Amino acid sequence: MAAKFDLDDNGVVVIIGSGAGGGTLANELAQKGVGKIVVLEAGKHYKLEDIENDEWAMFGKISWLDKRISAGAWHHTKDFPNLPAWIVKGVGGSSVHWAGLALRFQQHDFKTRSTYGHVPGANNLDWPVSYEEMDPYYSRAEKKLGVAGAAASGMPPLPENNHYKVIAAGARAIGYKDIVRPMAINSRENDGRPGCQQIGFCMQGCKIGAKWSTLYTEIPKALATGRVELRPESMVLQIQHDKSGKVNGVLYVDKNGKKQLQKARIVCVAGNSIESPRLLLNSASSMFPNGLSNSSGQVGRNYMVHTTAAALSIHKAPVHMYRGTAIAAVVSDEAKLDTNRGFFGGYHLEGLSIGLPFAAAFIRPGGWGREISSALEMYDHMTCVWVCGEDMAMEQNGITLHKTEKDHYGLPVPVVSKSDHANDAMLRIHGLAQWRKLNEAVGAIRTVDMPPYPASHNMGTNRMSAKPRDGVVNKWGQSHDIKNLFVSDGSQFTSSSAANPTLTIVALAIRQAEYIADSMKKGMI
Amino acid sequence: MDKDSKKTQDESQQPEGMSRRFFLKGGSSLAAIGITTLAGAGLGTALPAEAVAPPAAGKEGYTQSFANLGSGNGETLVKMARDIFPHDKLPDQLYADAVAGYDADAESKSMIMSGLASMDAIAKKRFGKRYADVALEADRLEVLYAIEDTPFFQKIKGGLVTGLYNSKKVWPLLGYEGSSWQYGGYLDRGFNDIDWL
Repeated sequence: MAAKFDLDDNGVVVIIGSGAGGGTLANELAQKGVGKIVVLEAGKHYKLEDIENDEWAMFGKISWLDKRISAGAWHHTKDFPNLPAWIVKGVGGSSVHWAGLALRFQQHDFKTRSTYGHVPGANNLDWPVSYEEMDPYYSRAEKKLGVAGAAASGMPPLPENNHYKVIAAGARAIGYKDIVRPMAINSRENDGRPGCQQIGFCMQGCKIGAKWSTLYTEIPKALATGRVELRPESMVLQIQHDKSGKVNGVLYVDKNGKKQLQKARIVCVAGNSIESPRLLLNSASSMFPNGLSNSSGQVGRNYMVHTTAAALSIHKAPVHMYRGTAIAAVVSDEAKLDTNRGFFGGYHLEGLSIGLPFAAAFIRPGGWGREISSALEMYDHMTCVWVCGEDMAMEQNGITLHKTEKDHYGLPVPVVSKSDHANDAMLRIHGLAQWRKLNEAVGAIRTVDMPPYPASHNMGTNRMSAKPRDGVVNKWGQSHDIKNLFVSDGSQFTSSSAANPTLTIVALAIRQAEYIADSMKKGMI
Repeated sequence: MDKDSKKTQDESQQPEGMSRRFFLKGGSSLAAIGITTLAGAGLGTALPAEAVAPPAAGKEGYTQSFANLGSGNGETLVKMARDIFPHDKLPDQLYADAVAGYDADAESKSMIMSGLASMDAIAKKRFGKRYADVALEADRLEVLYAIEDTPFFQKIKGGLVTGLYNSKKVWPLLGYEGSSWQYGGYLDRGFNDIDWL
């Protein structure tokens, strides 16, 4: 059924990346009858049989490990010098790794500039799209993902595991009420995939496909239309353009190490928030000397990762947090808009289990001695949180190209620079203190704070803006400068919200597909 | 953005063959997160969990001979491993498994040998005996504190993060059950069995 298109076919829509953004866009366009779509995916095409319940084995197998350099004031510069971000290189992209938490952004998240006013040191901006405009697309995304407990999907909530029960009890004991868990994990058989078996290891790839990932939903559905060709192990080097400035082709290295040039009618970039701006910068030409779609100078800037922290709490009796879905209870009381706490934005306290191998790696990078080992010895008594909070856009946080160092594709290595805004630091401290209180309310005897993990939520480096001078793309993810060039991933986010990004990426992709299909029909692009 | 850092489109319009060696140069995944590794330790690649006999009943003793480093150095290394991540309930054998790969690691042999020699020198100066013979853990820690910023210590410690905590023999002793899909997950095996809340 899968289609095959000629490299010289200039009627092709080329989508770069097959994750939550690119994979969804490919399927949505194909379902609307767009006839020629090529998906270029840098990584390999793994199957369910390749997935193991093993943290390090899967980290080594599916992570994006091409060289990157961490820079800036965050601790990654020292502790994760070449792993600023923890994302996937493979068909399905980071939708293979995501834990499945499908939170919506809130109304004020789309209006941070007008809600917070000018925040010194930050580069906040309102989105050119509102929550009200996004609402129906969120519903469609929830239905597509089969979000457990969401009205739009009709799927029942997932059952509560031990980890959920401890966190929920602690939350209620300190007065929290907004305890949620909208998960893109089948709570029963749905869409040709089985219900969750409480395996754990959600972030190593779901072994049975109960968690939504484009790897085994959007991609095969797209291929089945006969309108889509997937080319794995195809790393894009450059987007090319004609004399008028319209993009007309994509230069990539195929699985045999050969350079190929795929002609294109439209190009959609969905390589996540490091690779997408990197590609636009690497596509600089004499006509666009600062990179494609960069008349604003904002390509690669405003990099946001969520303001995060993690902590392990040791309880008086076993919890076995690793049994069952990786995301346990999510406490959302602190995600609401409330500037009385001393910071803008809010955070979710997300119960998120990690296995013993990762607990040992992340508890205190570089640490040793009984302080560490005495905690790890209580592994089965632990609860674990990931504080996921709003990250302020700052212009100097971002992706640049290393001046001399090249990777194995011959491309300049990306330098990923991130420093806290003072607001981030305040939020992080508040979140960790509330987590400690929550656990102590149900008898925790010790809590160990952990520094942020390498970033799995990467956003903002090709942001949307109403005015071309403030950002890279318009409200449809369409380049302000080049009308047949689109950004289709989380890099188009104008703010980070406190919510995990995937549901919003999918909702934007559904919406963008409508716009692209309609514009093609009208001959506008 | 720095213009000098970019190749322009005008320089590279023509598709061409690309050297295969570019694709064979991938870096170590663990180095990416600042964890040094020891060939074969943990990580399910080869050594040592399945390659050695199960732990002896008592906590003393291990099966490795450390033929290249020498048995005395092996003893120091095993004691050092325990002092870095001390778990009283783990037998020596599991610490020995975690550092056994260094005995066959020709590349780092001189670093390991000189690191161990400096540990013994400090121990002799302060306590009058070699490291492995210093009786008190607190005294041995003094030696480790003196060298904790050295590349040698960092290498051993970094290797233990996976060598010890990614060992399938260590997991059950620290309360971790590992892979579950082959047992049908935990749906019928205690995912919600908590009884003390």
